[in-house]
Amino acid sequence: MKQYLLSVHMVEGQAPPPQEEIQPRYDSVEVFNKELQDRGAWVFAGGLYPPETATVVRLRDGEVLTTDGPFAETKEQLGGFWVVEAEDLDGALVWAAKGSRACGAPVEVRPFQELPED
Amino acid sequence: MLFDVDEIFRREYGRSVATLVRSFGDIDVAEEAVQEAFLVAVERWPVTGLPPNPGGWITTTARNRAIDRLRREASRHDRHAQATLLHDSQQPPEPVGPVTDDRLRLIFTCCHPSLAPGAQVALTLRLLGGLQTPEIARAFLVPEPTMAQRLVRAKRKISAAGIPYRIPEDAELPDRLRAVLAVIYLVFNEGYSASVGDALGRDDLCAEAIRLGRLLAELMPDEPEVGGLLALMLLTHSRRHARSAPDGSLVLLPDQDRSRWDRALVEEGQARVRTSLRRNLPGPYQIQAAINAVHSDASNASETDWAQILELYDQLMESAPTPVVGLNRAVALAEVVGPTEALEVIDGLDLAGYHLFHAARADLLQRLGRSADAVSAYGAALAIATNDTERAFLEQRRQAAVEGGPGLRP
Repeated sequence: MKQYLLSVHMVEGQAPPPQEEIQPRYDSVEVFNKELQDRGAWVFAGGLYPPETATVVRLRDGEVLTTDGPFAETKEQLGGFWVVEAEDLDGALVWAAKGSRACGAPVEVRPFQELPED
Repeated sequence: MLFDVDEIFRREYGRSVATLVRSFGDIDVAEEAVQEAFLVAVERWPVTGLPPNPGGWITTTARNRAIDRLRREASRHDRHAQATLLHDSQQPPEPVGPVTDDRLRLIFTCCHPSLAPGAQVALTLRLLGGLQTPEIARAFLVPEPTMAQRLVRAKRKISAAGIPYRIPEDAELPDRLRAVLAVIYLVFNEGYSASVGDALGRDDLCAEAIRLGRLLAELMPDEPEVGGLLALMLLTHSRRHARSAPDGSLVLLPDQDRSRWDRALVEEGQARVRTSLRRNLPGPYQIQAAINAVHSDASNASETDWAQILELYDQLMESAPTPVVGLNRAVALAEVVGPTEALEVIDGLDLAGYHLFHAARADLLQRLGRSADAVSAYGAALAIATNDTERAFLEQRRQAAVEGGPGLRP
């Protein structure tokens, strides 16, 4: 089994969904999460607060430098993610399609590196 | 030497690599082993003579070499080598279930939608077609290191992302097969109308695409669009010798010397169109093949059954309503109804960036006696056409319009 990150992409400045759509979306994500758990594909998942809540920490000349985020000044930002287990990419893509339908946003699929060899 | 190792390489490379990819689950291991086996063959076959089954000999030799090498590496605690050997030992000696060729699995891997189209094409030509990296780079007019890097990246993505080696399940098969057909047709078109430079066609790529099309038709005999694509390529390729004059200039379909069409390809193409259409599951490739079959039926241009072609374009517009199909449909409309109506349709198409849009407009304007408008439309086509042969053709037509002549076709 391989692990994949399914990340949900939000476009900054895009109007949020109308109020009456938000609750059904939460509900459908919950149904999706339940399916992941029941099928043994669930590893971890979570939704994130918007990018302006981010803080960036880096080392500069050995000193810790803390600045306000986000790290990447792009319009597309991470909104949330799932980590799932699947047999191969096609398996992960099936989950991604369901996840995208559930949350109403594009989902990017990226494989995790295998545990480092000793 | 009584045999041609290069020819055997091209014919057997894909089959051997595909079998070893299934065994070892690793494209690099498979490719290295098969290349090594061919090096052994080049030394040994001139002495021992050609084995009865050269492809089988290559696969067995490659497999043994790969296992030897992986065992050496595994004994040095190389985890990847250990895992690759384990993968091999877990594979059944013969695949279970319906007999499927390993090459079919590999085609779907190479054309997986998570790979960029350029990478799909390069991988398919390399792994299934047995083309070497420099050949692929030359065919696609990119520097060799660029092509080498594209292949390395694509292979790395297959292994890192876990792109599977298997024939897609029924639910995803139509989409995934469309991607495979698109790759093969792209290879064909790249050969047929090189968009840059002075060579009108690169026959090698067309022949390669047809070879891949035949392979796919053999592996998936029940898919009518596979037969449709093969028929389309065969019928198009049958006209390759008539498509240019002795001086290298372009000759359009109505002006071609039809005795120079390759009869064997025409007949095979027409037979394949008929077989595919009999399944009554028409698709864009079958319809385009059928349109070409109608052209192939006419012993000269004036006998072309344009009404039937227009009907087929109407059908094509339903399944593939693209502006380019609309443009070709308008050309048929001009023959059936008249240039005025066709021009009206063409002017409604959003294709200003496509040189053949302006060329088709120019031709209709010229036929309507509007020479000045035709001259400027040919100018618009020339401003964006890149193929030297096509440019020479457009230049000649523009000159004819400037001289106020009736054009080559009244």
